[in-house]
Amino acid sequence: MKEIVVISGKGGTGKTSITASLAYLGADSMVIADCDVDAADMHLLMRPEAVSSEGFTSGVLAVIDQSRCIGCGRCAQACRYDAIPYRDGQYTVTPLDCEGCGYCARICPVGAISMVDQLVGEWYLSTTRTGASMVHARLGIGAENSGKLVAKVKNEAKQAAQEQGKQYVLVDGSPGIGCPVVSSLSGADFVVLVTEPTVSGLHDLQRVYQLVKRFQIPAGCIINKADLNGEVAAQIHDFLKNEQIVHIADLPYDEAFTRAMLEGKTIVEVSDNPIGEALSDSWLQIQTILGE
Amino acid sequence: MKVAIASGKGGTGKTTLSTNLASYLAQDHAIVLTDLDVEEPNSGLFIEKTLKYEQKRSRMVPVWESSTCTLCGRCQQVCNFHAVIKLGREIMVFPELCHGCYACSELCPHNALPMQPTPMGTLTASAAGGFDFIESRLDVGQEQAVPLIAQTLAHVDEHYGDEVIKLYDCPPGTSCPVIESIKDADIVILITEPTPFGLHDLSLAVETARKLGKEFAVVINRHGIGDDGVAEYCSREGIKVLAKIPNSRKAAELYSNGELMYPHIPEIAQQLEQVSQYIMGQMNGGEA
Repeated sequence: MKEIVVISGKGGTGKTSITASLAYLGADSMVIADCDVDAADMHLLMRPEAVSSEGFTSGVLAVIDQSRCIGCGRCAQACRYDAIPYRDGQYTVTPLDCEGCGYCARICPVGAISMVDQLVGEWYLSTTRTGASMVHARLGIGAENSGKLVAKVKNEAKQAAQEQGKQYVLVDGSPGIGCPVVSSLSGADFVVLVTEPTVSGLHDLQRVYQLVKRFQIPAGCIINKADLNGEVAAQIHDFLKNEQIVHIADLPYDEAFTRAMLEGKTIVEVSDNPIGEALSDSWLQIQTILGE
Repeated sequence: MKVAIASGKGGTGKTTLSTNLASYLAQDHAIVLTDLDVEEPNSGLFIEKTLKYEQKRSRMVPVWESSTCTLCGRCQQVCNFHAVIKLGREIMVFPELCHGCYACSELCPHNALPMQPTPMGTLTASAAGGFDFIESRLDVGQEQAVPLIAQTLAHVDEHYGDEVIKLYDCPPGTSCPVIESIKDADIVILITEPTPFGLHDLSLAVETARKLGKEFAVVINRHGIGDDGVAEYCSREGIKVLAKIPNSRKAAELYSNGELMYPHIPEIAQQLEQVSQYIMGQMNGGEA
């Protein structure tokens, strides 16, 4: 079983639409994992139906029992996150500021503070219209630990792929270079970098690739809207060559891409479209690289 | 006045709106634009600027002092993040897991875990055309964006008074980095695109703004490319749509070259004027 992770550094480059296209092409050879848990959109194209769902708890939150609090303020002094302001004659915890370190609970002289488990989101195992299973999640608003939820989604997808004897796990990764992306990348066999020929697309590609390099994972790149800016596209081509990243495909700038999304379809389902053909070829290349 | 420019979905135009609006407003007002998308900061690519200063930024993590340690294991017990582990006759610290709570350091009976700075990124301040620009950039390999965002916000508060309009280009998503970025804002402008993805992620961003009790409004980018879903949602929810930035290949090309749009596309300048009037209205409302 091989794990393919699609990431982009920059948002809005077409990562999710391209991942969904690969998922459509790979059909029931895979399990899909939507690890962009902050802004998960893949379900809009894959239309999963949940078979099971489960709450996800991660981390803890301080709660003060006001009936036992003597108002000494030591908790507020110890808290590095200013999460325990003194208001209206009492100390209370601001949940969004609390990091869950538990320092306050340990030093409260009267044991008035307890740390309670936090329900941060929910994850689902679903079936999709392509026959593939899909693991996806919804993170509560402002929740911490999306890195941990990403790890959970990935592990569940891997387990499902093993149980079902599937060849691939296809992961829609998160944007950025922080903990959710690190979680998305760990254990991957191949990374697909999606970018666009804009100054920010190139900048973010270079930054996220520094991260991929640390994991020593082989990578390929799909350039979306490749004909938007020839000069920047050429710079991306040079970058790929220098870094020995497989140049998988150049996709033309085409609003059909957005029109397919409006219909809840992937671009490969729209007939007579050059993007669809290029992505079919991309999927064959990726399979060949992975030796299947 | 602090104006956070945010979106649930990435790539909807936060940076486009932030940079164009900063430059547009700077014609009549004192402005500082801050790029809080420390993982992938892009605003600087669209601004001609001269560097004023650069500061290495660090956060505090514990460092093991073996000479005073008695291996009592208290540090391991008090760390909720498994960042301090006792392994045989050694205490191992994993800085990437450390949240800087100081519990291990301050509760160690022998002061064997003093807190020391570890680098996490770089803050730069520049003079742009008519406004100031602050950017923070997380070092690749650092996983936690929040401490750097918090320091950047504090830096802006220290250096700019209330008379300056502060614009913040926020990170994407709805989790901790976004909350940190918008929690002190007076108004939040949510930028989206008129597509199913844009709508889905906008609704999450709206939930976030509501949960934080923020005054917020919406700007629709690439207006014309998609459907009416976003506009219908906003009218149903009673959310003010400040502006609709028209979709065009020309706008996409200007963006691709790192250029501002409003000097080249008059319709975009008109839309920015509407956003400007909203901000001014909020400022006056605040004073009254």
